[in-house]
This record gives sequence, C-alpha cells and structure tokens, in this order.
Amino acid sequence: MTEVIATTPAWVALAYLVAGVLFILALRGLSSPETSQQGNRYGMIGMLIAVVTTLIVHGVGLPLIVGAVAVGGGIGYVIARRIAMTDMPQLVAGFHSLVGLAAVLVAVAAYLNPAAFGILNADASDIATSSKIEMGLGVAIGAITFSGSIIAFLKLNGNMGGAPILLPARHIINISLLIGILVLVAAFQLSTPALFAAIVIASLAIGFLLIIPIGGADMPVVVSMLNSYSGWAAAAMGFTLQNTAMIVTGALVGSSGAILSYIMCKAMNRSFISVIAGGFGGDAAVAGGAAAEARPYKRGSAEDAAFVMKNAESVIIVPGYGMAVSQAQHALREMGDLLKKEGVSVKYAIHPVAGRMPGHMNVLLAEANVPYDEVFELEDINGEFAQADVAFVIGANDVTNPAAKTDKTSPIYGMPILDVEKAKTVLFVKRSMGGAGYAGVDNSVFYMDNTMMLLADAKKMVEAINKDLG
Amino acid sequence: MEHLIPQLSIFVLACFVGYYVVWSVTPALHTPLMAVTNAISSVIIVGALVAASAATGGSEISKWLGLGAVVLASVNIFGGFAVTQRMLGMYKKKERKAEAK
Repeated sequence: MTEVIATTPAWVALAYLVAGVLFILALRGLSSPETSQQGNRYGMIGMLIAVVTTLIVHGVGLPLIVGAVAVGGGIGYVIARRIAMTDMPQLVAGFHSLVGLAAVLVAVAAYLNPAAFGILNADASDIATSSKIEMGLGVAIGAITFSGSIIAFLKLNGNMGGAPILLPARHIINISLLIGILVLVAAFQLSTPALFAAIVIASLAIGFLLIIPIGGADMPVVVSMLNSYSGWAAAAMGFTLQNTAMIVTGALVGSSGAILSYIMCKAMNRSFISVIAGGFGGDAAVAGGAAAEARPYKRGSAEDAAFVMKNAESVIIVPGYGMAVSQAQHALREMGDLLKKEGVSVKYAIHPVAGRMPGHMNVLLAEANVPYDEVFELEDINGEFAQADVAFVIGANDVTNPAAKTDKTSPIYGMPILDVEKAKTVLFVKRSMGGAGYAGVDNSVFYMDNTMMLLADAKKMVEAINKDLG
Repeated sequence: MEHLIPQLSIFVLACFVGYYVVWSVTPALHTPLMAVTNAISSVIIVGALVAASAATGGSEISKWLGLGAVVLASVNIFGGFAVTQRMLGMYKKKERKAEAK
C-alpha cells in the first residue's frame, strides 16, 4: 500500500487536490445568482484537471477512451439542451442512476484487475483488506443509488404510478436486507466472486424496495437522498483509489444531498425515517376523500379574477406543482407584467416543497423570465399576506392549507404553510373541486367567504385572465 | 492501512466544508445545486479511466467495464454542467430585464 503512495508523483496528488478545491468553489458560487455562473465554470475546470491528470498518468490518447467520452458527452450535452425545465426532477434522478451504475462498473473493474488500481496487498497476492471493505461499500451504495434512481425516474416521468406501492412486511424485509449487505461487506475480506455478486444483487434489491413505497409528495426528499447517495458512492470509490479529488467531491455531494433532504423534511414537518418508511399519500387520500362533503364555495370567472387583481394594490402569487404540470409559468409571468403595468405590486411566494424537487418552482419562474428578486421564500414573505389584497394560488394546495396549523388530526399538521388565508381576497386556481392535493386533505381555504375558486386548467385560466387584463 | 487515516481526515474535513458551503446556497438555486453536484460526483470517471486504460495484466472485461463507466460518467459530466449553465443563465434581476425591454 505504501508503495503505491510513494510512486504517485507529487504533482498528481496536488492536481487532484486543486480539482477538489475547484469543486468546493463551484458550490460556493451558488450562494447568489450573480456568482453562480462563475462557480459553475470552476466546476468544469476542476473536472478537466481531474480527467487530464488521470489520462497523463495512465496513458493518453487511447482512441477508445476519446470515443467513449465523445459518445457519452454528446448524449449528455444534447439531453441538457433539449430537456424542458418542468422535467428537471426526472432528469436529475436519471443522472443519479448513471453515477450509481458507473460506480458499480468501476468497482467491478477494480475487483477484476486490482493491479491496475494499485490496491494489491504487500505481497501482491490479493486485494488489500481495507480496499476490499471500501470497495464493498462503494459497490453497495452505487447499486442502491442506481436501482433507487431508476424507480424515482420512472415515477417522476410518469412511466410508473406516483402512488406508493406497499408490500406486506416491507420494513422487516428492508432491515434484514440492509443488515445482510453489511454482513456481506464485512465478509468480503474472503474475496470470493460470489460474495461480490451477492453484495451487488442485494443492494440493487434494496434500492428498488426503498423507493417503491414512497409517494409523489415525498419525491423532493427522495431525489435529494439519492443525490446524497451518489456522493457517498463516489467517496467510497475515492478511498479505494486513494484519490483526493474523489474523496473531497464525494463528501461535498454527500453532505449537500443530506442537507437538502433535511430541509425538505423540515418543510413538511416529517421525520426522515417516516419518509423513508414510505406510504404517505396512500391511506390519507382515502380518509380525505370520505371527509370531503359538498360544502358551498364561490366560483369565479377569469373576468372576475382580472377585475379583482386590476383593482388591487398588491398581489402575491403562490405557484405549486399544478403550475408546472400545465406549463403555466410563461402565461403567469405575462399576467404579472400586465398587472405591473396597472401599477399593482406583484410578488411570488415559494414554499420549499412546492414542486417535485428542491428549488423546482424557482427554476420554472426563472425560465419564464420572472426576475429572481420578485421571488420570495416562505419565511421572507409569510408576514406580507396579511397586508396583501390578493393571494393568487395556482396549482398549490397542501402548502396553503390552514389545517396544518389548527387540525392536529390532519396528516399535514405542523407543516409550515403559506398564510394565504390572511389576504383580503384569495383567488384559487384549481382544475376541479375533487382531488385535493397529494396529501388528499380538504383545504378550508376553498370555502372561505373571501375565496374565489377559479376552476380550470391553470394555463388556460391564466391566459383567459390575461385577455381580460390586456 | 496507514494511508487510511490521512484519507479519512480529508474526508471528514470535506464533509464539514460541504456542510457550511451548502447551507450558504440560496434556496432559489437548490435545483442547480442538485444538477451541479450530480455533475461533479461524476469525478468517478477517474476510476473509470484507470480501468479503461489499464494495459497490462488486466482482464479484457475490466477494460470494457471501465469504458462503459467512462461513457456513463461523460453523459453526466457534460449533461450536468450544461444543464446547470442553462438554468443559471435564466436567473435575471429586475434591472437587467428593464434595460432589455
């Protein structure tokens, strides 16, 4: 082992360190939209340094490798240019699965050819014990990331129903599988191919089993969690290859995903364990459906909505996943512009779990050219609803439900919500009165005297309002 | 075994750096954060390149697995950075937009 470190030239180790630092700067840049693009460039430079260094050390100019990079890079670039912003969650999930699969392939390759990776033990008879454990962990996390992300992708992409799939005794199955994997990793010192294969298969199975019981509403947590796993997989492989850049990057990505999962859980007032245990959305939908009696509500037209907003001084727009589904963000921005022309102050309020991934709404609004300084996070704008003339809720439901504050029996009790009910008038754009949000909880805001329900497809409704405003 | 401790030190310190850096990321940029972390986690391409360029002693399978991993990681690297750049280019301030009109 020491031999390997001694033969690694100092400049190589330094180059990997520089790459790691550049990756830190890439994330640092995201603290503000102004510095973010520079940060992204640091990230690209870091990656270039890591790749070029590796190529110089391990043999440059192999046409096969150049070809592989060109094929993969070309595919990736085309996807990145073409993808619709509303499809970002499934794109990210799909990309995570590739990291997971790449980690598995690298681990298998290292297992088959340990000499090339410099992970043989002192007398070169076998793979060093510590490397075996690192490799076992890396391949396990990689496989979990792969199969979990595939399921997340299929759910987000609509190839698979968003409803949770609940197997009987799933907790017991999952826990025994997890323990089994840990035992296998520990036993992997014996280094038989069968053990290695067993780790891969068990990990693929648990990744699959972990994600199928998780419902659509919890997808932001799942995507963040898989983000975190892809980082830990890279870190574990970094230990195996004794590569600083991989270790640093893995730690960064791992903690980033973990923090995002934490933020998402907190925004739903749910524990990480309960999200992972899954099942949210399934049972509650049944209960909510039964409770929803036909209560009186006021229905408005696009004309009414245009009139109310034109005469308002301030409007706060609350977008949710429904806006993304109907691609209403561009029409919405147009509405904002028309209102501003009338002298109305327009702001956007975003709940942390609106959409299917962290920050999803912000990207969609940015895509529609909404200036980012008109877009506010929950804690920054919640105090302003009481002074606002109109709260315009579009495709959001659970995140505005006052039951979260008052009804202890509600499945969303304790979740921080946007206080839209405090605005003088609430305009609530919703496809129909049935089907109330992912949590399946009825929302008392629908039935308030100062609420006007605008029942239509979000995009069509906003376009109709724009016609009346224009 | 002796290489493990310095590596572990780097790892633990990097976790702390990650913790503080990520908390400073503005929530509005959480989606680009996920896209860019995804891109940089493809640094695993380093391992893939080692496997793919191994000339001596190794099995053919190991080499092809490495090449496969190079393709996958490249999709991620190019795709991840490009989509991040595309998203970040969309975030505009009020003033700049007013000028454009």
